[in-house]
Amino acid sequence: MRHIISILLENEAGALSRVAGLFSARGFNIESLTVVATNDSTLSRMTIVSIADDGIIEKIVKQLNKLIDVIKVTDLTATEHIERELLLVKVNVNQQTQVDINKQIDAFSCKLVDVSEDIYTIELAGKSKKINDFLANLDASKILDVSRTGVTGICMRNRNLTKGA
Amino acid sequence: MKLNGAQILVNSLKSEGVKHIFGYPGGAVLHIYDALNACDEIEHILVRHEQGAAHAADGYTRASGKCGVTLVTSGPGITNAVTGIATAYMDSIPMVIISGQVPSALIGNDAFQEVDAVGITRSCVKHNFLIKNINQIVNTIKKAFHIATTGRPGPVLIDIPKDITIATVEPKPYPNSVEMRSYQVPSRADSAKINAAADLIALAKCPIVYSGGGCIIGNAYQELRAFTRQLGFPITQTLMGLGAYPATDKQSLGMLGMHGTYEANMAMHDADCVIAAGVRFDDRVTANIDKFCPNAKIIHIDIDPSSISKNVAVDIAIVGDVKLVLSDLIVKMKTKFIQDISLWWSQIDQWRSVNSLAYQTKLGIIKPQTVIETLYEVTKGNAIVTSDVGQHQMWAAQYYHFDQPRRWINSGGLGTMGFGLPAAMGAKIAKPELNVACVTGEGSIQMMTQELSTMLQYATPVKIVNLNNGYLGMVRQWQEFFYEKRYSMSYMDALPNFVKLAESYGHIGIKVEKEQDLKPALIEAFKQKDRTVFLDILTDPTENVFPMIPSGAGHHEMLLAGRDEMASMNDDGLNLV
Repeated sequence: MRHIISILLENEAGALSRVAGLFSARGFNIESLTVVATNDSTLSRMTIVSIADDGIIEKIVKQLNKLIDVIKVTDLTATEHIERELLLVKVNVNQQTQVDINKQIDAFSCKLVDVSEDIYTIELAGKSKKINDFLANLDASKILDVSRTGVTGICMRNRNLTKGA
Repeated sequence: MKLNGAQILVNSLKSEGVKHIFGYPGGAVLHIYDALNACDEIEHILVRHEQGAAHAADGYTRASGKCGVTLVTSGPGITNAVTGIATAYMDSIPMVIISGQVPSALIGNDAFQEVDAVGITRSCVKHNFLIKNINQIVNTIKKAFHIATTGRPGPVLIDIPKDITIATVEPKPYPNSVEMRSYQVPSRADSAKINAAADLIALAKCPIVYSGGGCIIGNAYQELRAFTRQLGFPITQTLMGLGAYPATDKQSLGMLGMHGTYEANMAMHDADCVIAAGVRFDDRVTANIDKFCPNAKIIHIDIDPSSISKNVAVDIAIVGDVKLVLSDLIVKMKTKFIQDISLWWSQIDQWRSVNSLAYQTKLGIIKPQTVIETLYEVTKGNAIVTSDVGQHQMWAAQYYHFDQPRRWINSGGLGTMGFGLPAAMGAKIAKPELNVACVTGEGSIQMMTQELSTMLQYATPVKIVNLNNGYLGMVRQWQEFFYEKRYSMSYMDALPNFVKLAESYGHIGIKVEKEQDLKPALIEAFKQKDRTVFLDILTDPTENVFPMIPSGAGHHEMLLAGRDEMASMNDDGLNLV
């Protein structure tokens, strides 16, 4: 099953490699990983998507908690949460394809962030599934470049990732 | 008065109560060595190889419970120490390793003797630090000792660039404690868990205590003894746990696992309640996981939540300091009635009567088991025994009956050949009043013989008991059983003359070829209180370690000496090591 694991950790050199090293050393899978400092610059938030059964996810959470730099680990998938990912994609456009691409952009509420003579740069934020669906609807032969941020997420309502349980 | 980084580092170690450092100098640590030279409170032991330094600090820790310290230079200094660090890590041994680093400005430039020490050691330390500023030194050292010695202990590395040891600053006082928001140590367990465990224990008709290295590292042996005796339960101990509960006590079933006793393994298999204290359900212990304790409810006490349900799903998980958890259980069990387990004991006595450690003696040939039994007799069971890795390690564990903790020192997790001799040196420095024996083989000892030189320089008299059968015995045994006797690379021709080798290092060497000479030689060796004695004992090259659970089998499928000489293994088993 797909899990989104949110990790609050010390914003220190090497903290990322400790987490990444743990996943590779223990053979855990990483689908995506994002990391950036929080509003408190001494802390980083890392969000990892991993596909594994519940037993493995339990091991991942325990092993992450064991890392000295890690302050809190939350399996977002076990709570009500919001996930988002950002896509930037460049596609070739010409007179024949333009209509269809514009239709997709409208259907998925994408933003057109740059337009040149024959290239569109499109931005889309949403759940990973939405991004996958959008990409699947494009003509693969017209896609020049795809860059995705990977998933980030947050708990809904009263649950917090930073303080308390 | 301003001090340089090296002086601040040495002063911090002094404040931490460090009395001994095992190390080896080099370019990046010259300033630290200069500061050490001016420090009378700390004795530095100059090893002959950095791996020896790490193992010696490790042996020092295991014998005394005090955190050992290793100091090495950058590049090859730290890479040589890595095997020793990994050895300590696998057995959860607290240790602080200080490695020099090239000057900050050169880091990343492929400078002379530069290696990414923090990167290389990341997966075999509990934590590591690269000091980037002279003002971080005191706090980093305080944190390193705190992390190394608390919770589930382990080695912590501090990498310090040379320029930081040279820079000067007005020193800050060494802190008494350190706060880390990201590191909290579990102590007392949840009382609901204690109550649930007590209820389960009270219902048990076939209980067994399964204790391990955590009871030694966590200094929980008094509680373990009181708990086990209070309930009258049988107890089996892992390789790492030997000595926490006295081996000669009637409730002790001996070691369990691959080369454990028949009674211990059968009792595990048939138990209805397993109280696992400070253990990690290692593959050497569990044998085939699918066949492990099929009828038992399992209570697991461990300070490390990641150990719980890692290999075996347990029924009651108690996260906490094993010493405190056992004390709480002792109190709780006083209010409980427990089941009559006399039938269980009669069953265990039947298994015991198999006498699974019996072995055939052969006229004119020294059996390795006899050597360990004689060592036990001559030292009255009171020596610290270190071992290397292989058959001799198993025989030492089986036939030297440890009644006290911190007397049995071996590399259980990583299985590091070469560990025994430097560990014995470290143990002797920690406990000069005790006899120290290093049980080894001609394969293992050759990985660290250079430390014989250190042992002369620092007068650390150790008795080396070399079970010399000419073979890498454990490899040979597996090749005999599972590779149709194709003895690929397990025979070592051209062995050195160990007597002359010992003599050339200034020690005493004794060769023992006949059984009647064995006991007199051991007595003579221990009479030489101030000398290291190398006993090169020629033992039966065909002897195998029994009893044995072949890979892939369960606890109840043990092979016994004499009964099942030739083992077999299924395809799954062959994949295991």
